[in-house]
Amino acid sequence: MDQQIVNAIFIGSIYALFAVGYTLVFGILDILNLAHSAVFMLGAAITYSVVVNHGQSFAVAAVIGLVASGFMGLVIEYVCLRPLRRRQAPPIAALISTIGLALVIVAAVEQGQVGSLFSWLWVDGSNSLAFPAGTVPDPTWHVGDLTLEASKVLIIPISIALMLILGYVMRFTQVGRGLRAVAENPRAARLMGLDVDRMITLTLVISSALGGLAGILFGLSLGDISPYIGRDNVEVRGLAVIVLGGMGSIPGAVIGGYLLGLIEILALVTLGSNARGGVAFAALFLMLVLRPQGLFGTRLRERL
Amino acid sequence: MDFFISLFSDPVGFWNSHTLLISQIGINGIVATSMFLVLYSGQLSLAAPGFMAIGAYTSVLMDLYLHTPLFLNVVVGVLLAGVVGVLVGLPVLRLRGVFLAIATIGFIEALRLGVVLNLPVTGEGLGLKNPNADPLGGVPIILVSLVVVLFIVWRLTKGRLGSAWSAIRQDEIAALSQGIYVARYKMIAFVLGALIASYAGALEAHLNFFVDPGDNQYGVTRAVQILTFAVLGGSGYVLGPVVGASLVTLFPYIFSSAGDYINVITGIFLIAVIVFRPQGIVGRGGFAIVRPAWWPRARLSAPSPG
Repeated sequence: MDQQIVNAIFIGSIYALFAVGYTLVFGILDILNLAHSAVFMLGAAITYSVVVNHGQSFAVAAVIGLVASGFMGLVIEYVCLRPLRRRQAPPIAALISTIGLALVIVAAVEQGQVGSLFSWLWVDGSNSLAFPAGTVPDPTWHVGDLTLEASKVLIIPISIALMLILGYVMRFTQVGRGLRAVAENPRAARLMGLDVDRMITLTLVISSALGGLAGILFGLSLGDISPYIGRDNVEVRGLAVIVLGGMGSIPGAVIGGYLLGLIEILALVTLGSNARGGVAFAALFLMLVLRPQGLFGTRLRERL
Repeated sequence: MDFFISLFSDPVGFWNSHTLLISQIGINGIVATSMFLVLYSGQLSLAAPGFMAIGAYTSVLMDLYLHTPLFLNVVVGVLLAGVVGVLVGLPVLRLRGVFLAIATIGFIEALRLGVVLNLPVTGEGLGLKNPNADPLGGVPIILVSLVVVLFIVWRLTKGRLGSAWSAIRQDEIAALSQGIYVARYKMIAFVLGALIASYAGALEAHLNFFVDPGDNQYGVTRAVQILTFAVLGGSGYVLGPVVGASLVTLFPYIFSSAGDYINVITGIFLIAVIVFRPQGIVGRGGFAIVRPAWWPRARLSAPSPG
């Protein structure tokens, strides 16, 4: 049981890191960026590919993976969102265009085989792979009857530090003030002299880089990298996390991530492995029905 | 290209060799119509695959254990989905926009992962064998059903109900202030959508020897696909979603030269439509597309002096 709780905290950290990016975009743009889970997968896949197929060290690969994920943020903004924002399309349009981008990313990785168009990106098709042993030094400690692997333990300080930095930036810096102004009222922000488009681009780059980082950490610690890790592991769970914590709230997403990890592990222990997914979604459904603003959301915005 | 050549040069052969494809188009068309109905009343509900699962499992299980005729199985499945639709709709329809979408995703995944994959009677994760399936004989029923469903939905959108839905879609609060009973009309659309979706699900189960509880069948992937049908085809007219469904289902055949890269093409096409043709393929404005920002404006030249 103790070991299970430790596992819940590991997986919860990854959920939290992923969901922070999700909720950042929702909080500022009021749209769901459904390409986020594809970026999560892309970060892990590129890092793996650079390490294994291009023979670089893990540090180089992780940086390339992060830069590539951040670049996907630019692609999301310029291809999927800006043309729609320009003509004030309803949020459902952005939902569909980001789904389209997610489809393209996943299909490109999935078709990456030796000799194919995308072989520079990925060569293992739809296989599920782990980083070869020794990619990163991974000592294991035993504390009492707990087994702690460095690759998993490190996730916790990394994610907490990143989320603290993000919280600091959002709350106390000029950039953060600008982002919050855009979230509150884009038109007023523009009238106050803010470059709203640039703020939104910045949001997407930060959000995608965080998503990619979550993917890299996921691949490193769980040893499961495939074109489908985004779709299977975090796409809908990320929604559950941001709903639990309150849509658009960064602390909410963090707490929600750990909460979901805990709920899932408790379901796993008490009800068996089959119930795990179902319990998470039942929690999501109940939360939306009983308290749609989430645990930490203030209120649902009513547009008149 | 062979695909289309055979469609025109040898229609009978085409019909015989692509029966399954045609019935799949019909099924997807019916589901897309259910999505249209829900979108028409201004609700972004992704619950259709959940109701399809209810219809499919109910009818197959009745066939397996009670040996009742197909007609009765489908009717019971549809009615059960209607009851579930009311029960789910009561709490969920208070939510709007993206929140409704997320809540319905919660519903379908809780149903699939929590119920279907855990009950011994539904075969858990292994799926359910359906020995009495009839993959080829269902086409006439499906095509007739598609036409009937389209006609009913089209009539509904033209009547009192349709006006109420339009009003709610355009501005819910304004509709409320005009004395339209918003909650009731939303519920009617939601439950009708549930009935149609479960009907399609029951028919689809009858086509396959195996009911697969996978994500592609009754999960989020399917929900997203159905939403794609409706938005790609255009959710302003009844025929739009059906056109979208046919197009998406036929995509691998239309772009057969793309081979394995078909999803790349589909994704790019989806983005292109939503960016350049926001109303969908079938929509107002004939063949007009949105001018992209980088495309030069048409220059109006002054008439030359005669």
